[in-house]
Order: sequence, then structure tokens, then C-alpha cells
Amino acid sequence: MAKYAGYKRPKNTKKAVLHLLAYMGLHKWMFLLVGLLVLVSAGANIMGTYLLKPVINRFILPGDIAGLLRAVGAMGAMYLCGALATLGYNRLMIRSSQKVVAEIRSDLFAHVQKLPLRYFDAHTHGELMSRFTNDVDTVQEAMNSSFAMIIHSFMMLFGTVVMMMVLSLRLSMIVVFFLAVMFGFIQWNGSRSRKYFRRQQEELGRINGFVEEMMAGQKVEKVFRREEKNFEIFCGLNENYRRESSRALTFAGMMVPVIVSLSYLNYAVSACAGGLFALAGLLDIGSLASYLVYVRQSALPLNQFTQQINLLMTALAGAERIFDLMEQEPEPDEGDVTLCNVQERPDGGLEESDARTGRYAWSVQEGGERRLVPLQGDVRFDRVVFGYVPQKTVLDGISLYAKPGQKIAFVGSTGAGKTTIINLINRFYEIRSGTITYDGIDIRRIKKDDLRRSMAMVVQETHLFTGTIADNIRYGKLDATDGEIREAARIANADSFIRRLPGGYDTMLYGDGSNLSQGQRQLLAIARAAVARPPVLVLDEATSSIDTRTERLIEQGMDAIMEGRTVFVIAHRLSTVRNSEAIMVLERGRIMERGDHEDLLAQRGRYYQLYTGQFELE
Amino acid sequence: MLRRLFSYMHRYKKYAALAVLCITAESIFELLVPLIMADLVDVGVAGADRGYIFAKGAQMVVCAVIALALGAGSARFSALAGQGLGAELRKAEYRKLQSFSFSNIDHFRVSSLVTRLTSDVTNVQNTVSTGMRPFCRGPVMLVAATGVAFSINHRLAVVFFVALPVLGALLFVITVKVRPRYARLQGAIDTLNRIIQENLTAVRIVKACVRGDYEIAKFEEANRDLKGESEAAFGLAALNVPAMQFVMYGTILAILWFGGEMIRVGTMQVGQLTGFLSYVLQILNSLMMISNVFLMMSRSVASGARILEVIDEEIDITDEKAGDARIGRGEIEFDHVWFKYRSTAREYVLSDVSFRIPAGRTVGIIGQTGSAKTTLVQLIPRLYEASRGTVRIDGVPVEEYPLAHLRDAVAMVLQKNTLFSGTLLSNLRWGKEDATPEEAAEACRIACADEFIDRLPDGYETEMGQGGVNVSGGQKQRLCIARALLKKPKILILDDSTSAVDTATEARIRRRMEESLPGMTKIIIAQRISSVRHADRIILLDEGRVSDTGTHEELMERSEIYRQIYDSQKEGAEL
Repeated sequence: MAKYAGYKRPKNTKKAVLHLLAYMGLHKWMFLLVGLLVLVSAGANIMGTYLLKPVINRFILPGDIAGLLRAVGAMGAMYLCGALATLGYNRLMIRSSQKVVAEIRSDLFAHVQKLPLRYFDAHTHGELMSRFTNDVDTVQEAMNSSFAMIIHSFMMLFGTVVMMMVLSLRLSMIVVFFLAVMFGFIQWNGSRSRKYFRRQQEELGRINGFVEEMMAGQKVEKVFRREEKNFEIFCGLNENYRRESSRALTFAGMMVPVIVSLSYLNYAVSACAGGLFALAGLLDIGSLASYLVYVRQSALPLNQFTQQINLLMTALAGAERIFDLMEQEPEPDEGDVTLCNVQERPDGGLEESDARTGRYAWSVQEGGERRLVPLQGDVRFDRVVFGYVPQKTVLDGISLYAKPGQKIAFVGSTGAGKTTIINLINRFYEIRSGTITYDGIDIRRIKKDDLRRSMAMVVQETHLFTGTIADNIRYGKLDATDGEIREAARIANADSFIRRLPGGYDTMLYGDGSNLSQGQRQLLAIARAAVARPPVLVLDEATSSIDTRTERLIEQGMDAIMEGRTVFVIAHRLSTVRNSEAIMVLERGRIMERGDHEDLLAQRGRYYQLYTGQFELE
Repeated sequence: MLRRLFSYMHRYKKYAALAVLCITAESIFELLVPLIMADLVDVGVAGADRGYIFAKGAQMVVCAVIALALGAGSARFSALAGQGLGAELRKAEYRKLQSFSFSNIDHFRVSSLVTRLTSDVTNVQNTVSTGMRPFCRGPVMLVAATGVAFSINHRLAVVFFVALPVLGALLFVITVKVRPRYARLQGAIDTLNRIIQENLTAVRIVKACVRGDYEIAKFEEANRDLKGESEAAFGLAALNVPAMQFVMYGTILAILWFGGEMIRVGTMQVGQLTGFLSYVLQILNSLMMISNVFLMMSRSVASGARILEVIDEEIDITDEKAGDARIGRGEIEFDHVWFKYRSTAREYVLSDVSFRIPAGRTVGIIGQTGSAKTTLVQLIPRLYEASRGTVRIDGVPVEEYPLAHLRDAVAMVLQKNTLFSGTLLSNLRWGKEDATPEEAAEACRIACADEFIDRLPDGYETEMGQGGVNVSGGQKQRLCIARALLKKPKILILDDSTSAVDTATEARIRRRMEESLPGMTKIIIAQRISSVRHADRIILLDEGRVSDTGTHEELMERSEIYRQIYDSQKEGAEL
């Protein structure tokens, strides 16, 4: 259950509290009102118990019916207020806590959208998901109940202890002693159960990891008939988890019964002592009776109070993790050069246009002047050095250029740095030194969104979203018409298989399109890029699971729409890259060879080896 | 349904029984304390009898201590029972999952299966562990306190006949209304999580397409929805407390009023009235406890239903028709096979496929994207079952072989290769659990994996990482082949499993396989013609039909499609 999720204490409680309060501050009045209503509710509860004695003594015993009626009426009114206040604060609290939680969730999500890829590389999806699920859940749970409960139970505890002291100061020392014992027990028990909950959580993590890995590799499990062996492993993990969670819940479950029993012990000792006090004439019987009522009442609020405090601590730890994530540095985006649609003026110059003209230009601010630079897709790398981690250089002084309208291919073994180059053009990562220019403009000066909008990318790992086929293609251009989508699908050679699906373009895809074949998913990813009609296109192993014949058909279609535009291609298969204007052979972060197919064959270098490696089969 | 869930408790049933016993006994001891207490005050203090006070005090202490021990015991036993049930449920569910066919899995989707196996079970087990106490204690307290209240003054106790049904009805209505709300809440959570999950996995696409704002808008909609559902569900559930207060306060006032009247006419003592009042609180409290259990349960009932759905899923690939046939030679025959993934789908994925592969031969399958090459071979080890027609091995329909034996005899290297966390050797041992290092090395030699394993710093002990992230694509494929070879299968299927291996190495693998494993029937699916041109026969698939079969030369001569594929690769020097 979510509330057991972390059980870690926040590192910087004050900061987390302040941050959380800032969120609550948006609904200040709401929370103040809640606080007020809680006071009314708790007050009515305590006063009710307190008033019983006078009502009995003053009205019932003398048989004062009119007085009793008045008293009952007054109490009724008070109780009604109390109950209404309870109703009110419960509803209000849930309303406002849901608002706060929803705000936290959306701020968190919006922030995650701005994080650099580097962050996603260093953190697993599970970790990030857990911020949204476990951590937000604990915060929500605490806000739903703890906030009001803490005030309520504290009031009750405080009120009861004060009442007891009023009745008999000396006798109340026993209660204070027992309350201290209970408090100590709660602390001890809490630390024990926290320890086991942590272990339980670790074991659960292991089970989750195992199950997820095995579910992903289901086919392999079946093909190799590993069922028995895996079941054995699973049973082992399952047993560990059961052991730890049994321990954790034993301690958690012990809390209430032990506190209740201790309170009975307290009750017994107090009764004994009270009896002796009464005999010694230090206390009258009536006071003893009501004193004992308070003794019985004191344990529950203490229990509630400490439990809620623990819950709150867990929630604060969760909140801290959430706020930490929110404080992660977003992607740098200091550029001021923007992308705009342009049309040609009669005099041959360019002017900005609101319509989708299909022609684009960079709008550059220079010394108060605004200049339009036509977007051509001229990309240059000048001695670019880059590494994902400081210790390891992936690209070592790469210089290259792509002239507008060229098709540039990267060839090389896994890890040579092909995908890395693509990642840099898009500014997914920041380079260490050197410069990358786009139509003569340093890409750091270009607004990131516009930079990325100017190119479409099809990457090796195709990701589809839950939604219809048409929705998934439309992801490339949100306002695409059905006609455009169909056209894009035709270019990607996906139209025929889509039309054969039970729902055609409206077929729902679930869970990353698992009901499509690997190749079909790639076709959809290409259609997604085709519908965008970008000035620059990047294909990173985009056709690796597509047969060569279909690939050629796609290529012809894409060539037509990419006429005069720049295309970057990465592929293992040489047939994919052979008709590129420039082929770069990459090896360990350096460009070893460059040229077109014929040039490279003539060079008799690495490309030639790759090429002849295949000819050996003849 | 609850009975069915609890039937999985098996050997943990005794703990559940012990827990019930402890909780009941504990409640009774606790009930004794106030009774002894009344004696202490009424007899001891009133009679000024110190000895009596001490005796009664000691009795109370004993009761409290026993209750303490029982309470601790009940916590232990409840935890054991609940967590034990959870463990058994997970085991049963996992067992069932393993027997799922792919159409079964498609029915649920992988992500949902994982939640059903983890958080849903956690929900149920924790409800049992923590709900056991209020669930047993509530009724005991209710019955005992009502009994005592009646014995004090049965006329006044009539108030309960009004209060109890009113509160009961209120709580019942809340609980019933809240249940479907929780189900909808769960749905809203699922949607939101799905959006986050997809966003995280596709972060590159989102960034490359600059769809951050679009994603945020999508998220906002789901978030709003979730907020609304949570407000509705939690808001309704929170009505419990004020409902309880209304009834409790009303009852207190009624008792004061009627009790006061009775005292006035002399049918009741003051002491009785105060005692009566404290039992009123007890009774209403226990009702509250019971309703809380129901609220808790309504969340886990939803989880329980999801678990049972998995356990009850009908497995569509079973050993029902299996005899004790054994695969001897490895001859494969497709006899007018039709296939579609869902019976509701309009078109067949495979239509009227017939061919025969004699034992020991090598057959290539080639065809364009979506021509159902993978689907076709998956019918052989019965990963899916033909919709119409028969697949036979050695003349016997595949469903007549025991599934275990069939899959032992057919090794398949999948298109989407998966390695698992663990060492390289432990991954290879998936093929043969007790494989010696020599056997493993031999399989790696045939698969040409030895070349790079020798260069790995830890050799066979290299950690693979989840999904085999620590080796390159081509290396992964070779390891997967080696893993399959360790099975010493009669039939080997390679589904596009050398696509990342360079062609020179691929040719070496083929030669070594022919030398070392001559009798094995091999089916090779490939994109590259070079991978299949040496096969004894090539099957050309087109849109789920066999377009042509023959040797490379025959197909070159008569098949237009084959020639087109060939041409598309020749220019790229892929031959």
C-alpha cells in the first residue's frame, strides 16, 4: 500500500514543509477554514463529555424536566455544529487536497517535459514513475486525512490531559507517566517497522524487476521452456518478500493493540491509586468517575497523533523527492532565433507569412534589426568534441558539412558515434567544444523548439502511443487532415497494411503497438515523419526491420517529398545508404572516410572492406 | 469471490484462525476491565476496603497484560495470514501466467499483468493483514456491548433499535455507492500512469517532434479527470465520519432525555445511565469499525476481481490433445494452414499455406514487411495455434505432442532478442541448465560468439545487464544463437536473427552449423537474400500466402517479386 512506500524521513524537513505550504498557500483561505472547522468539531466532542456531569447533577437528579429539555437542546445545537463542522472539513479538505495534489502532479509533469535527455539517461523510468505514483500518493493521503487528524487528535489529547490535571494534579502524574511509556513504545515500534518496511520495499522491488524482465522476455521463456526454473526463482523471491512483509506488518499491526492494552493498564493503576486517594479523602467519588473516563479517552488521540505524524513524515519525504525533481535544471534554451513561415515577395525577397507556406526562414535579431535567413538545411560541425560522461569522449573533433538538399549517410559499427551525431544536431545534448551551425547560425542561438521543429526524426526504437493509427501518424503534424495522413502512410508504404487492419486507420493501438510487427511499427514511424514534411529529415536505423524491397519503395516516396532538402541517414545495411551524396564512415568517434559510394570503393578502405565482406559470399 | 480468494490461503489458514481467536479473546479481556472497575469503585471504594481495591486492581492488571500478549499475538498472526495469502496468490497467478499463450497475454496486455501480479495482490494482502482486527473486533464489541446495555436497562436500549438501523443504513449506502467510484478512480489512475509511462519511454520522439505542450495538454485532461474522480470517491468515503457523529450525538441526546425521564420516575439509577452512555459509544464505535473494514474491502475487492480474472483466464494452448508422441527426425509440414490473431479479425494473416520441409534440410523464408514470416514459424512450437489446417512434425499434428517435448525439440531464435540480467554463462544455460563450460564454449564456437567473448574482460562471467545492454546488437544475436544451439534441437528456427551480424561472420556461422549439426532441420527467416540463398529451398511469402518456393536459381528465374528483392540488394552490394 502506498502509505508504506517510503517510510524514510525527509532530509530537509523545513524546506519540504515550506515548499508544500507554498502549494497550500494558493488555497490559504480554504485551509484556514478547515483548521477552524476542525477546532469546532474537536471542541464539540470534548465539551460534550464535559457537560454530561453537570447535566446529570443539575437537571436529571433534581428532576428538572424543563431544564433538561433546555440542556438537551443546547447540547443538541452544539453537537449539530460539531457534526456539521466535521462534515464540512472532511469535504473541504478532500476538495482542496485534491486540488493541491493535481497542481503538484501537473507542475511535475510539465517540468519533466523540460528536462534534458541526460537526466533520462541517468534515471530509470521506474524511478521517475515512482515520483508520480508512490510519492504523490503519500502526499495525497497525508493531505486527505493527516492534516485535519493531527489538529483534531492533538486538541483531543491536550484537552483531555488538561481536564485530568484540573481534576487531580497528583493522580494525573500516573497518566503522564503512562503516556510517556506509550510514546516511547510508539517511537521504538515505529523505527522497527520502518526498518522492515524498507526491507519489504527492497524485496518488492526485486519481485517487480524480475516479473517485468520475464514478462518482456515471455517468448524466450516459452521457447526455452524455462517455466520451472523461473517459477523456482520467483518462489524464492516471493518467500523473501513474504517473510519481510510479515515482519513489517507484525510491527505495524502491534501498534494499536499494545497501545490499547497499555491504556487499560494505565486505567487499572489509575483506578487503584484513585480508589486509595478517595479512601484517604483526597478525591470525591464523582470526580474519580469522570477522571477515569478521561483516562480511557487519552490513549486513542495519542495513538492517532503519532501515527499521523509518521504518515506526515513519509509524505514529506515523498514531497521532498518530488520537489527535488522539480528543481532539476531544465534544458538550456537561451536562443532567440525563431522559425517562421515565409513567402516570396514580388521583388524576390522574403516576408513572414501566417499561412503554412511550406517555406521557412530563421528570424535573426541583430542589433535591433530583424533579418530573415531562409531555412535550407545547411548543417556544419566544426571540430566538435562530445562525451556523455566526462571520463569518456565519444566524438573526438568531428568536422562535417551537409549541403542543402544532400543526403548524408553515417556508417560504422555499434558504438562508433553515429546516433550521437544526430543527437547533437537536435541539441539533445550539449557539446563540450567546437561549434555546430545550421544555415550559418550557431544552434545554441536557435530557440530549441524551433530547431527541433525544423527537422523530423525517425529513430531506431519506434515508440507508438495508445490511440488510433491515425492519431499516431498525426503526432508528426497535429493539424494534419485525414487526406494528409493517408498520403503520408502511402509514402511510407504503410497504407496497404493499415487498410487491411480490422479498423483501418481507426484501429486502436495499445501499449506501444504490440499488436503490430516490428517492421509495421517502423513504417508508422516513417509515416509520422512524412506527414510533418520537415526541411530536414533524420533517419536513424529507421528501416532496419523493413525488407529491402519495401525500403526502396519508401525511399522513392521520401526522395520525392525531400527533394531539395537535407536528409541524414544511419544504417547498418549498405543498401540503405548507397545512393547518398556523402557517406561518412565512423570509427571510434572519428570520421575515417568520406565520399560517395564510388569514391569510397575506390579508396579501398574500411567501406570497401564492409562492402567486400558481403561479396565474399558470392 | 471472497471465498475463492481466501481459498488460496492454504497452509496459512491456521494463522488466520489463530488471529481470529486472539482478537476475540483480547476483546473479551478488554471488556472485562470496565466491569472489574465498576466493582472496584462501587464495592471497594464505597466500602473503604483497601484489600479489595488491591485485589481488583491486580485482576485488572492481569487482564490488561493478557490482552497485551494477545494483541501482540494477533498482530503477528494477522500479518502471517495476510502476507501468506498474498504470497500464495502471487504464486498461483505467476504459475498461471506462465501457461498463458500469447493471445491470452494480448488479452490483458503486459503492463496490466504486471500490476495485477504486484500492486493488486499487495492491496489484498494488506487489507487482510490490517483489516482482520477491526473485522473480528467490531462484531464482538457490538454484540457484547449491546448485551450489556440491554442488561442494564432494556427499555432504554430500545433507542438502539432506531440508532443502529439508521447508522447501518447510512454506512451501507456510503459503502455501496463508493465501490463503483473506486473502480472508476482506479481507471483514471491507470490512464494517467499510462500517459506518463508512454511519455517517458518515448521521450526522444516527444522532444524531436516538439510535442511537450501537446503531451502536457493530454496529461492535464487525464489529471483533471483523476482529480474529479478522487474528489468524488474520497469525498463520499469521508462522509463516514460525520454520519457516525450525527447518529452518535443523536443517540446520546436521546438517552439523556429518555434516561432523565426514567430517573425522574425512578425506574433507573444515575450510575446506570452513565454506564449506559459509555456502552453506547462502544457500540457505535464498533459499527464504525465494521464500516471502515467494508470501505477498505471495496478497494481490495476490485483488486481481487482483477487477480481472479487472470487466474480464471482460459488457456487456449493446452496439452489437451497430447499423446506421448516423440519427435524423431524433424520433418515439418504445413497443410492448408490459415491463421488470424483474433477470431474477430476480418482478414487472415496467413492464408492457405502448405509446404513440406524434409528432415535435415535448410529452408529460407523471405518476404516483405508484414508478409507474416514470423507468424508462420511461431506456429511450429505452438506459440500460436493455427486457426484452420494442420501443422505436422514427422507426420503428427503439433498439438498431439506434449508441449514440453515439442518446445524442447524446436529451438527458436527470436527476432526481438532478449538476454536477461545475469552472467553470460547463466544466459547460455537457459538452453541447457546443466551445460558444462565446454558445451557452452562449443555452442559459442559454432555461433561465432567465441571471437568476442575471449575479448571480454570477464569472459563467460561477464554481467549482461537487464535486456543484455552490455553487448552490441550483433554480439547479442550470436549469443542468442549459441543459447538455442545448446538445446541440441531437432529443428532450429532463426527469425531474422543475424541481421546485425556482418555477412562474413554469418557465412561462417552457417558453415560451422552444417559441419557440427548436420541432421538438424533449419528454417531461416531473413531480409538479406545472402542469408538464404544457400538454403535447400526458399519459401517466398507475400501478404500471408506462399507466393513461390524453390531454390535461389529457380526463384530468380520465375519470380518477379524475388528478382525485385534481389535487385534492391544487389545495388547495395548485399550479395
